[in-house]
Amino acid sequence: MANISVLQKIKKSQLLFPVAALILMLIVNVLITPDFFKISINNGVLYGFIIDVLNRSCELIILAVGMTLVVASSRGTDISVGAVMAVSGAIIVRLLGSSYDGYAMALPLAIFFGLVGGMALGAFNGLLVARFNIQPMVATLILYTAGRGIAQLISSNDTATGIILYVRMESFKWIGGFLPGVVVPTPIFIVILFVLATQLLLKKTALQTYIQTVGINPKAGRLVGINSVMIIFLSYLFCGLSSGVAGLIASSRIYSSDANNIGLNLEMDAILAVALGGNSLAGGKFNMAGSIIGAVTIQCLTTSLYAIGVSADQLPVYKAVVVILIVLFQSPVFKKLRAEMKLRKHNVITYAGDVK
Amino acid sequence: MSSKFLLSLAEKRKKLDSSNFLLFVTVCLFAVMYILGCIIYNEQGFGKMQIFLNMFVDNAGLLVASAGMTMIMITGGIDISVGSVVGLVCMVLSYTMEKLGFSAFTAVGLVLLFGIAFGAFQGWLISYMELQPFIIALAGLFGCRGLTAIISSDQIAIKANELFLGIANAEIPFPLGATVNKRGVKLYPSIHPSVIIAIVTVIVIWYVLKYTRFGRNLYAIGGNEQSALLMGINVKKTKFIAYVVEGFLASLSGIVFCLNTTSGFVEQARGFEMEAISSAVIGGTMLTGGVGSVVGTVFGVLIKATIETLIRCQGTLSSWWNKIVLSVILCFFIVLQSVIIMAKNKNKK
Repeated sequence: MANISVLQKIKKSQLLFPVAALILMLIVNVLITPDFFKISINNGVLYGFIIDVLNRSCELIILAVGMTLVVASSRGTDISVGAVMAVSGAIIVRLLGSSYDGYAMALPLAIFFGLVGGMALGAFNGLLVARFNIQPMVATLILYTAGRGIAQLISSNDTATGIILYVRMESFKWIGGFLPGVVVPTPIFIVILFVLATQLLLKKTALQTYIQTVGINPKAGRLVGINSVMIIFLSYLFCGLSSGVAGLIASSRIYSSDANNIGLNLEMDAILAVALGGNSLAGGKFNMAGSIIGAVTIQCLTTSLYAIGVSADQLPVYKAVVVILIVLFQSPVFKKLRAEMKLRKHNVITYAGDVK
Repeated sequence: MSSKFLLSLAEKRKKLDSSNFLLFVTVCLFAVMYILGCIIYNEQGFGKMQIFLNMFVDNAGLLVASAGMTMIMITGGIDISVGSVVGLVCMVLSYTMEKLGFSAFTAVGLVLLFGIAFGAFQGWLISYMELQPFIIALAGLFGCRGLTAIISSDQIAIKANELFLGIANAEIPFPLGATVNKRGVKLYPSIHPSVIIAIVTVIVIWYVLKYTRFGRNLYAIGGNEQSALLMGINVKKTKFIAYVVEGFLASLSGIVFCLNTTSGFVEQARGFEMEAISSAVIGGTMLTGGVGSVVGTVFGVLIKATIETLIRCQGTLSSWWNKIVLSVILCFFIVLQSVIIMAKNKNKK
């Protein structure tokens, strides 16, 4: 009896689908690269495929956390996250004193301004979506195109725009690499901190409930006294912040700011992570753990595609196919079809029972 | 007599709301920008007929794509995959003609067929499977860009196909605005066939939207899908056909675009969807659906072209400013739209 209830609990759990997808991807990866799970210590740091996947998925996890809130509250997606990443990366690197000019700001201050830049862009998106009721994808499309332009303008000197700026500061490398004497990559610590802080914010205040209410029915939310405009605005602001953090890690990884390539095509990955995590892209209830697992799954997918020799600019095809499959699976028509099939099965069983 | 006059005036006032007002703003903005350009950059010849025609020559592909976008936006949907489709079409055209030696007709036919099939697939997912148009378009955006990379990651220029290059480079003299050079020979400004394809497409879509049952149905669906259904319109089928037409137009736009650039590469036409959407929005097409016209969209394209010409004449600004200025104008117009809608809702209450 207890067994059945546990089984049913697993069956009903929202996490069933994302975890199954992750396990599937891990198996695929093991089949492609047999020593996928092998972990060793090289040069005093952890080394191995699985560590690499976890390390590389950090930006994506952070983006997915922000995207989950945006999807839940506004029933739309923020497609500017990649561009916002590039902008904050450019701000940070420029302020740190790049190879061309020396502002030479202290690291914490530069990071602060970079994150503020990300939040400002998030606030801009939020203003358009929440206050002016513009469809999220159109509102964020503005920064999706203009954002990289802004990043190019930030990373320019007197003679040329859109150049790659290099940092000359050893400690900046630590953020995307390893702290001296620590074997675990720093981004993993950042992710854990970020996720914990977010969870604390959502669970200890009523924000999670508010966001879900607004996502399920904004009007009803307003009637029970929730400022839905503010909630949607805040979720975009938060998404801007998370893009800023992701941009910080990404620019630290390459030790420079590359306005053209930081966060390129990551918006698709972030949306995919949210959808893979079992969250409906039509807003409402959300499951943060699902999104995080989804992000790791996407990174596994990316790694395995790289392993079989797919180049970076061909990746989007496969991801597009996965997105279409997932939303098709979530679609109302498909759900109806499944419900009908279940009913038919049920009917057949009861009918058979009657005959006996 | 006077009351009749007042009534007609009131009717005219009424006519000037929402869409017409937006169109009015757009035309004014274009006129101001163009005249300012003529005054400031007179030395660079901004006011010349050829410069004006070049706005059409450079943006022929955009005209076709924005016309299609207007149609989709009238139904209340959006198609952000246009840019990638254009990039893919350019790549397929140059790859098939240059590497595989297809004739121009086969290549163009193949591409148009692909466009129709792609539109049909998107339309099926959106109208029959009831999926969100945004997500499907986003998947299309990334999917087509990736497909382009799969075909080839090099830049392929069309050099061998004489028919295609002939059409691309043919110059058609334009009867107005001729200048007389020093030797006393009259020089006519010229356009390329791509402009004629674009203009014809725009006129056809204008006619379809305004005078056919299909066009009227599109407006009805965009205005209110439920009432359209109650009126007896087959909403799903109409939407489906709209997406098929959009797919066709996107690939046609790609062909026109390729006539201008005669090459294909992975990053081709990135951000093109943004230009098409902003042209339609600037031209008075409502993002909420149900309101819009292709005439406005043409002005939207002209505004984008004027910005480009102004920045080119200025000389020192980076080309990234094109995108930034266009985004700012788009932002201004969508906020304007939303303010108009809010004011309307308030009046109703």
